[in-house]
Amino acid sequence: MTTVTADPAPPSTPPGRPARPSRLRRSWEKHWYAWAMVLPVVIVLAVLIFYPLFRGVWLSFTNLTEANQVAEICTRSITGGEVCTDNPNKWEFVGLDNYVRVLTGEVGEFWQWTGVTLIWTFVCVACHFGLGLGLANMLNRPMRARGFYRVVLVLPWAVPAFVSAFAWKFIFNERFGLANALLTALGIDPVSWFADRWTALLTAIVTNVWLGVPFMMVALLGGMQTIPSELYEAAEIDGASAWQRFRNITLPGLRPVSMTVVLLGTIWTFNMFPIIFLVTEGQPAGQSEILVTGAYRAAFEGIRNYSLASTYGVLILSILLVFSVFYRRVLRKQGEVW
Amino acid sequence: MSKVTRRGHRRRSPAMSVLLHGTLILASLIAIGPIAWVLLSSLKPGYAIQSSELTLFRDTTLANYRYVLTETNFPRWFLNSVIVAAFTMTIGIFLSATTGYAVSRFNFPGRRPLMMVFLVTQMFPVAILIVPIYTILARLGLINTMPALIVAYLTIAVPFCAWMLKGYFDSIPTSLDEAAALDGCGPFATFWRVVLPLARPAVAVTAFYTFLTAWGEVAYASAFIQTDNKFTLAYGLQQFVPQFNPQWEYLTAAAVLVTIPAGLVFFFAQKHLVSGLTAGGTKG
Repeated sequence: MTTVTADPAPPSTPPGRPARPSRLRRSWEKHWYAWAMVLPVVIVLAVLIFYPLFRGVWLSFTNLTEANQVAEICTRSITGGEVCTDNPNKWEFVGLDNYVRVLTGEVGEFWQWTGVTLIWTFVCVACHFGLGLGLANMLNRPMRARGFYRVVLVLPWAVPAFVSAFAWKFIFNERFGLANALLTALGIDPVSWFADRWTALLTAIVTNVWLGVPFMMVALLGGMQTIPSELYEAAEIDGASAWQRFRNITLPGLRPVSMTVVLLGTIWTFNMFPIIFLVTEGQPAGQSEILVTGAYRAAFEGIRNYSLASTYGVLILSILLVFSVFYRRVLRKQGEVW
Repeated sequence: MSKVTRRGHRRRSPAMSVLLHGTLILASLIAIGPIAWVLLSSLKPGYAIQSSELTLFRDTTLANYRYVLTETNFPRWFLNSVIVAAFTMTIGIFLSATTGYAVSRFNFPGRRPLMMVFLVTQMFPVAILIVPIYTILARLGLINTMPALIVAYLTIAVPFCAWMLKGYFDSIPTSLDEAAALDGCGPFATFWRVVLPLARPAVAVTAFYTFLTAWGEVAYASAFIQTDNKFTLAYGLQQFVPQFNPQWEYLTAAAVLVTIPAGLVFFFAQKHLVSGLTAGGTKG
C-alpha cells in the first residue's frame, strides 16, 4: 500500500531516534511532487464539498431555518440606537427529529419520491445502456456514412441540459406541441401529458434518455474499439454467429467500461435535478417529483428550511453510498478489481 | 485482401443493410429532431408557434433573434458566459490533468482515498449543497462575482475529468516517462512535455466536458449571481420570460443562441470523443 515498511510505533527507539523523522522526510522527498499535483484539487474539494457536507450532517440534527438563524434580534429604537435582544426562538439541536418527520411522511412525501426516483433511475439507466449499446454496436462496424451517423448521434450531448429540458417541454406542450400534433396527424387523440402521473414521468424520461444516450454510446464505442479484432476473426473462422460473437466477445470485453458507466450513470440520474424540475415541475400535484426535486421544493419554497434540506441531502447520499458499496461487492464477487 | 477479411462488411445482405441504415437514420432523426424543431420554431412569429397547426415554415422572420439580441442584455451575458466557461475550461483541464497524472503514475499515500473521494463527490445533490456553499462564498466575499461560479463549476467537473484522464494516462506506457527521466526531465517536465501531448484526445474530451458544465449550468448561477450585468447566458435568458406565460418565440431563439457556442466546442472536440473516452472507462 505504502512504501513504509518499518513498524509504525516503535516505543523503544534507539538513542537519537532517527527512524521517524527520516522516514517522514523520505516519504516527503519521494512523494512531494505527487502531493503538489493533487493539492489544489484537494483544497477546493475540501472547502467546497467536504466542509459543506459535514456542516450539512450537523445541520440535519438541528432546526435551523431562514427564520431562526440569527442569534440576536435587533430593533431600531426611537433615539436611533439599536437594541439587541437574544432571539427567543433561536435554532437548536433537535436530535433525530428531522429524520423522524421526513421518514414518517410528516413533511414531504419521502417514500413516494423514493419510489418515483427508483423507477426513474432504473428506466433511464436501462434505456441509456440498452440504446447506447445497440447504437455503439452498429457504429462499430465498417459501413458508409459512419462518421456522419456518429457525429449526429452524439449531438444531443452538446446541448445544455436546460435547453433540452425546454425543447422537450415545448414538444410536449398540450396545445401546440409537436408530440400532440403528430398524434393528431396519426388520428390519435392528443394527450394532456402533464395531467397524469405516468405520462408526465414519461416525458421526463424521454428527455433524459435523449440527453444521456450519447455519453453511454461514446463510452461503449470506445470500449469496443479496445477489444482486439483477432478475437472476432478467430471466432468467425470457428463459425460463430453474429449473436454469439456479440455475447461471447463484445459483452465480456465491455465489462470494465460497462460497470463504470452504469455506476456513474446511476448516480447522475438519481441526482438529475434540471430535467424533472423544468420538464414536469412535479405535475400533477407533485406526483412526478423525484427525491432531489421534491427535497428542493419541500425545503426551499416559502421559508427556507436549511436543516430539512440537509436531512434530505444526508438521506440521498446514504442511499447512493449503500448502493455503490453493494455494487462494488457484487463486482468483487465476480472477480472484477475496480 | 484486407478488405475481404474485414469483419461482416462483405457478407452483409441487402436486407441487413437496409435494416442497419434504417435504424441509424431513425436514431439520427430522433437525435436531431428536437434541435431542428426548436430552430424552425425560432424563425416563426409568436402567433405561428402557438397555433396547433403543424407547419415547418410560416411567416419566416428573424424578429425573435433581433429582440433577444437587442432588447435584452444578451451581449453582456454572452461575454460573462464566455469568461466563466473559458476559465473553468482552462483551470479545469490543468487541475484534472495534473491530478489524473499523479494518480495514474505515482503510488503515493492517499492515492486510493482520493480516487474514492472523486466518486463520492458525484453523489452529492447539487440542490442541497447550494446553501452551505453560498455561506462559504459569502464569507470569502465572492458572492456576485465570476470566480465564485468558476470555483463552483470546477467542483462539479474536475472529479469526473481527473478520473477519466487517469484512465487515459494509464494507457500510455510508463516506459516513455522512464526514458524522459533518463534524459534528465523532472516529473513536471515529463508530464508537461511527454505525457500531456500524447493525451490530446482525452484533453479534448475534458475541454468539452468542462466547457459544457460551465456553459449550461443554471442552479449555481441563480444562487450566486445577483445583478443583471453579472448574469451568465443560461440564467440571464430565463429572466425575461415570465413564469406563467412563457414567451415561447423568444425562448426558442434564446435556446438556439445558447446552443451555438456549445455546438462549436463540440465540433472541435467530437473527433476525439471516442478515442478520448476509450481508456477513460476501462479502468476505474
